[in-house]
Amino acid sequence: MLQQAQYGFHGGIHPPENKTQSLQLPLGQPPLADRLILPLGQHIGQASQPLVQIGEHVLKGQPIASNNGFVSSYLHAPTSGTIVEISEHQVPHPSGLPEVCIVLQPDHQDQWIERQPLVDWQTLSATQIIQHLSSMGIVGMGGAGFPTQVKLAGSEKHTIQELIINAAECEPYITADDMLMREKTDALIQGIQVLQHLAKPEKTLIGIEDNKPTAIERLQDSIKRLGANIQLIVVPTKYPSGGEKQLIQLLTGKEVPSGGLPVDIGIICQNVGTCVAVYDAVHLGQPLISRITTLTGNAISAAQNVEVPLGTPVSHLLQYADFDATELERLVIGGPMMGFTIADTSVPVIKTTNCILAATKKELPQPAPEQACIRCGMCEQACPAGLLPQQLLWFSKSQEHDKAEHHNLFDCIECGACSYVCPSSIPLVQYYRHSKSTIREAREAAVKADHAKVRFEARKARIEAEAAEKEAKRQANRAKAAASTTKAAAPATKPAPEKAAATSASDAQTILKKLKVELALTSTKLNKAQKNLQAAQESGDSDTVATLQGQIAELEQQKQAVQQQLESTHVESTHVDNATNVATPQTNKPAINASTSVTSAEVKKAKVALAIASTSLKKVQKQLAETPDDEALKEKETAQIQAIADAEKALQDAQQAETKLDAADGASPAKKPAISDALKKAKVDLAIATTHLKKAHEKLAADPDNEELKARVTSREEKLAAAKQALEQAQTQDQTHEKTQEATKEATNTAPVNTDALKQAKIDLAMAKAANKKVEKAIEKAKELDLPELAGLEQQHQAGLARIQTLEQSLQDMNQGKTQTAPAAKKVQVDNPQKQLKIDHALAKAALNKVKREIENRRKDGASEAELNTQGLLDKLAQCEDKLAATERQMAASETE
Amino acid sequence: MALLRITSPHTQRTGHRTAWIMQMVILATLPGLLVQTWLFGWGTFIQVLIAIATALVCEAAVLKLRGRSIMFFLQDYSAVLTALLLALALPPSVPWWLTVTGVAFSIIVAKQLYGGLGNNPFNPAMIGYALLLVSFPVPMTQWFGAYEVTAANEVMAFTDSIKLIFTGAIEGAHAVDAYTIDAYTMATPLDAFKHKEGLMSSEAFATLPALQPANINAFFWINMAYLAGGLFLLYLRVITWHTPVALLSALAIIAGFFYIIDSSNAASSWFHLTTGAAMFGAFFIATDPVSSCTSNRGKLFYGAGIGILIYIIRTWGGYPDAIAFAVLLMNFAAPFIDYYAQPRTYGHKEAKKGLKTGGDNP
Repeated sequence: MLQQAQYGFHGGIHPPENKTQSLQLPLGQPPLADRLILPLGQHIGQASQPLVQIGEHVLKGQPIASNNGFVSSYLHAPTSGTIVEISEHQVPHPSGLPEVCIVLQPDHQDQWIERQPLVDWQTLSATQIIQHLSSMGIVGMGGAGFPTQVKLAGSEKHTIQELIINAAECEPYITADDMLMREKTDALIQGIQVLQHLAKPEKTLIGIEDNKPTAIERLQDSIKRLGANIQLIVVPTKYPSGGEKQLIQLLTGKEVPSGGLPVDIGIICQNVGTCVAVYDAVHLGQPLISRITTLTGNAISAAQNVEVPLGTPVSHLLQYADFDATELERLVIGGPMMGFTIADTSVPVIKTTNCILAATKKELPQPAPEQACIRCGMCEQACPAGLLPQQLLWFSKSQEHDKAEHHNLFDCIECGACSYVCPSSIPLVQYYRHSKSTIREAREAAVKADHAKVRFEARKARIEAEAAEKEAKRQANRAKAAASTTKAAAPATKPAPEKAAATSASDAQTILKKLKVELALTSTKLNKAQKNLQAAQESGDSDTVATLQGQIAELEQQKQAVQQQLESTHVESTHVDNATNVATPQTNKPAINASTSVTSAEVKKAKVALAIASTSLKKVQKQLAETPDDEALKEKETAQIQAIADAEKALQDAQQAETKLDAADGASPAKKPAISDALKKAKVDLAIATTHLKKAHEKLAADPDNEELKARVTSREEKLAAAKQALEQAQTQDQTHEKTQEATKEATNTAPVNTDALKQAKIDLAMAKAANKKVEKAIEKAKELDLPELAGLEQQHQAGLARIQTLEQSLQDMNQGKTQTAPAAKKVQVDNPQKQLKIDHALAKAALNKVKREIENRRKDGASEAELNTQGLLDKLAQCEDKLAATERQMAASETE
Repeated sequence: MALLRITSPHTQRTGHRTAWIMQMVILATLPGLLVQTWLFGWGTFIQVLIAIATALVCEAAVLKLRGRSIMFFLQDYSAVLTALLLALALPPSVPWWLTVTGVAFSIIVAKQLYGGLGNNPFNPAMIGYALLLVSFPVPMTQWFGAYEVTAANEVMAFTDSIKLIFTGAIEGAHAVDAYTIDAYTMATPLDAFKHKEGLMSSEAFATLPALQPANINAFFWINMAYLAGGLFLLYLRVITWHTPVALLSALAIIAGFFYIIDSSNAASSWFHLTTGAAMFGAFFIATDPVSSCTSNRGKLFYGAGIGILIYIIRTWGGYPDAIAFAVLLMNFAAPFIDYYAQPRTYGHKEAKKGLKTGGDNP
């Protein structure tokens, strides 16, 4: 059962042990302190979350702070008493920074909360027991204070070959684990059995240094007595054999991979103190509220181990152990090799405090002044991690952090062996700590810098895009202004338009040329910068690379902006060129980003269609003004309005498609067509519903007593309302979408808003007219039935008429606004009657085609002749055919002229 | 009760100070110094005193100029050791100003101008030696013969030695022909062997006075004295075995190889190890920690390199012995070797090499 370690580890030192002083007296039980100070961060990870209020009375073992995250721990009241304070207090930490602590004033009743041991732990699952350990606040008691539940949770994912119990206690002076093993041997073995149940290891090994013969004897005895399946392995006394990695190497010959955890190689390592705490938690239901601590050092006359409640101030323990304040020079928490000094004796004992070393000046004198490193290599011989400490010192001093990392700085366990042997008294570990923290800070800073860089670049791109957009808008406005001046001047003098247009065209050409030159320049600059960048990258000059990269990004932006401008100007100039020839009210609507001729052609086509529709509308409206009571004309007008809307829609779609091609960063460019489709569909639905309603109304008028018809009217009305709502929704959607697109749509946004308003006005007008018609019908019906609501209805009718009037007025205004230059265009048209005729011919042809298509579609859908008739489509067809014939005749006549 | 706040480890660092290391090395040279004085007269002893005095003065002067604490640095004994090692390497008969020049150059240029102890890339003593050997080749190659083989058949008296070193001539009662300087000096065995001028090895050993057993034995005893000193340092763990063992093995192996090929012209391994400054170089010069390799594996390469260079320079170079140049050449290579001779760190599958980052992902 008793074995010697078969393996060894590199380096190691043999400092004076100084362990006998604190083993002269039995385990002491100091009286309870007046105040127990319980820091919320007694472990590695997140500080615990307080569960109690000031003034609250708590019982011994009652949880007073809970887990606050995955790597965190519970905290319990070490005795019964009152919470008197939750505030910052000095804690045992190398930084010396205060931390939030719960301060408990004991009531000296020592009254336990009801304890709930896991009597049947052998039947419980590992998860349940680990949960229990977590709620009992168990953390690793060897020094780091890693929450035990987290460590054990790792065993569920890995097959554990060895469970290693660390009983080495290699640090000089400390005897807390030795005393624990002597006093609580059975509890230790039973705690290990619980851990065996949890981790299911193939082997369980206790590693203990050969300088603890009493503990070894008792452990052997207990293992035999309890029949535990545990191997006791004695390792030679050498610092730092108690280091987790070194003990694993000593007992198994395996090495924990660099940057990994023991669990990665199937090993779990637990301190003996933790095993006893596990026993207490599982077998007795007691949380971790006390620990064994060594009080030692020559400034104490009664050096001993004590079992103290957590939170007991160090000063209380020093007094108990009879210390000499005048002799005390250095107060170390932990052992001399890895412990840290504290300046304030009011700090409390926490879960990881294994030793309080009160040293005199003679015992631990001031370190000698640091001398130069002579690279004697003694540190290398002592390093248990197989590092080159002398090289690491060199790199740390000269801030060559990359070299230090390459020499595995982060594998340093900070055991202090190198500092111990250094003949030049160099505080090597301190240099490494400094380098490590500098590197960690640099890493964090690098991550932050990366984020900042991404954000900065996004911002820069955005600002540049905005600037380019503004510039493009300005250019467009300038071109527009030039064009409109030309056209405004047109009516005054007849030959002016061509001239002005020509001037503006030549202006545009100049701008175009200038832009082209600019583009060429920018491209050259960009190429040069890219070449420079390549050279800089090859030479590894990171500063220059960064600058050049910035420059290139800027140049690329610039180039893009110039290209955009160039394209928009190109389109504009084409438009200006065409202004004298093409009679379209949309001429000066700036079309930008025409990247492909296909989409440009589409836009043009759509514009032509829109112009045709607008013209027909106007004609119909004129006719309507002459014969206001003509129902057929009214219907025609509505149809035309619809046609205009469709044409506008098509134009917009085409323009959008065009914009989409260029605007790579545009806000969800694919969404727009879908929305437009929805809008179109909603409009069509609305038209159909309106027609259906009208038909139903007519039928109802013919047969007013038909209940069935009435019901149909109501349902139709409902449908209409639904369709209207759908349309509205689609419109708002369309609008919001347009708003989001405004950034990329640039100069186009003013025109669409206008057309939108126009469309809205037209729709309003149509709706008002339809509503009024309904009211008229209602009046008729009321007259027939002699209903009392007649007066009200008539009033409504009047109001409706007034509304129609205002709407028509505003529509006209808008049309005028939209086609401000229409008179000029018309003049031009008048000047060229042949062309006008041709256009009329084309219009008529288009209208005819449309009607024909419509009829065909309906036939396909199976609509009967009668239905077609009622819808006036056939009439329309005849009309269109007549018109076409008329225009053809006219054309022939003019040609003969 | 003002509590000290000091970083770990908290230990009583009493022994193993840098000064202690230097003192131990100085102590370890004493057998060699004694044997040299016994066999070749007081010359070496006087040179040591001159050198140490010069070194302390130079070191103090430069420290003063650099604004450093003079006593703190003088107490590390490094200047004394440098001077001692250089003086031991010099022929006993060189004039005083030559020693002073060499030591001053060692301390001021080779050590302090590079930043003082711990920062000198080259072995300061060997820099001084190399300077003197190149600048003053004649006095630097004149050794006293061992007392049994000189014309005077005795070692020079203390007063005569002082006179010789400080005035360059011997006067008074002994100033007769037989007592001129030539009566005392002769080539070292290595020098004699190198310049045997077409003689076979056996003929050279039979005829040349410097290769007589008495003279060879004298050098053998000097080497044994330094070997003893070296073993003492190994016992104290002031040095590790890597450099001397690698050096001596490499020298022995390469010498043995050429001896087997051509035993009539080449000297044996034993001759190479015991008649020159091989032991002195292996245990006292090559082990200078500051300028040598620092990793254990690096020390093996470094030592072996010196051993091979010693043989090459001795056999085909222009100098009879080659410790200084071999050590200086390997000083150049030491940092580079260190980068490629890193030990395998715990938790890593293999040792890292060079300075490239990455590649080692266990």
